Amino acid sequence: MAFREPHELHKRRWSRNLGLGIVLAVFVALVFGLTVVKVTNDPLRLDNGQLKPSSAVQQQGGN
Amino acid sequence: MTDASFETQTETGEAQFGDYVALLKPRVMSLVVFTAAVGLLAAPGGVHPFIAFFAVLCIAIGGGASGALNMWYDADIDRVMKRTSGRPIPSGRVQPEEALAIGLTLSGFSVIMLGLATNWVAAALLAFTIFFYAVVYTMWLKRWTPQNIVIGGAAGAFPPMIGWAAVTGDITLASILMFGLTFLWTPPHFWALALFMNSDYEKAGVPMLTVTHGRRTTRRHIFAYTFPLAALAIGLAFTQVGGPIYLAVAVVMNLAFVKGAWDILRRDEPTAEADKYKVEKRYFAFSLLYLFVHFGAILAEATLRPWGMGGW
Repeated sequence: MAFREPHELHKRRWSRNLGLGIVLAVFVALVFGLTVVKVTNDPLRLDNGQLKPSSAVQQQGGN
Repeated sequence: MTDASFETQTETGEAQFGDYVALLKPRVMSLVVFTAAVGLLAAPGGVHPFIAFFAVLCIAIGGGASGALNMWYDADIDRVMKRTSGRPIPSGRVQPEEALAIGLTLSGFSVIMLGLATNWVAAALLAFTIFFYAVVYTMWLKRWTPQNIVIGGAAGAFPPMIGWAAVTGDITLASILMFGLTFLWTPPHFWALALFMNSDYEKAGVPMLTVTHGRRTTRRHIFAYTFPLAALAIGLAFTQVGGPIYLAVAVVMNLAFVKGAWDILRRDEPTAEADKYKVEKRYFAFSLLYLFVHFGAILAEATLRPWGMGGW
């Protein structure tokens, strides 16, 4: 079955649909990146993945 | 949506993606990005580069959102003024309701994402900035008082303070003075523009100082503002973001800024009209350079500090 000719409306709105798609993709990538950074820089965990003792966290006082 | 409404949309012109970007005032955004980035990089401590990038992006989008809200509310004024009549709403490419929805959505997104990425002090400052620009300046001051840009200028001055707070989570003398630098710079910058764009503001009924008190008074005000601005700009050199490079830049730039304001003060209207406001236009362009160079010097101090060269 052949593809139908795109409606004139789709041609007109191509730029905004593409733009919005790119914006959403970038947003997903940014949130993913932020999650990775936040998780790998968790002040509550030591390098070996163990939770830090509460006294060490209080001394550090970070976010 | 019916076919009939599609027809109507076609007649008024279909918005392209660039029209929605234009709602965010990209040129103003570039100043916001630069000053916010400098505030962030000059702050003691530092954050992960990705968080820094994300924070500046949130501040830029927050600034853009307030620009969209401004265009939604000021569409009637923008339609009358030559400088703004080509904006997406007055030209009919974007509907006012769309601008309002984009402004509100991006405001919420930017504040929440900044809070999650950095801290809630920075997020609260960004929320206040959006509120200040969209409500205090746009809805209240702009149409009411000739001091509109004096007080409203605070909205554009917050970004370095937000950038700083994104790293430190607090507000200090250095960040307040960075705020003050843009705050005191705004009146002479915009009044210089108003001197050669007066007819636009008059037509739109915006009570700019040039419209309500005349150009002579505006020239005096420009000159008067350069002194507290110079004192603050040079004073900033002795805080933790300053240093010898910044001090040298601030002294030279402020001497030139006061001299430029003196030249504007001495001119009368027939002289200015004869050369098509050449001096005022030059001063307006120089004011952009003035702010860029000051924040550039703060950035230079911050960049050199790890090598023991920046700062005192």
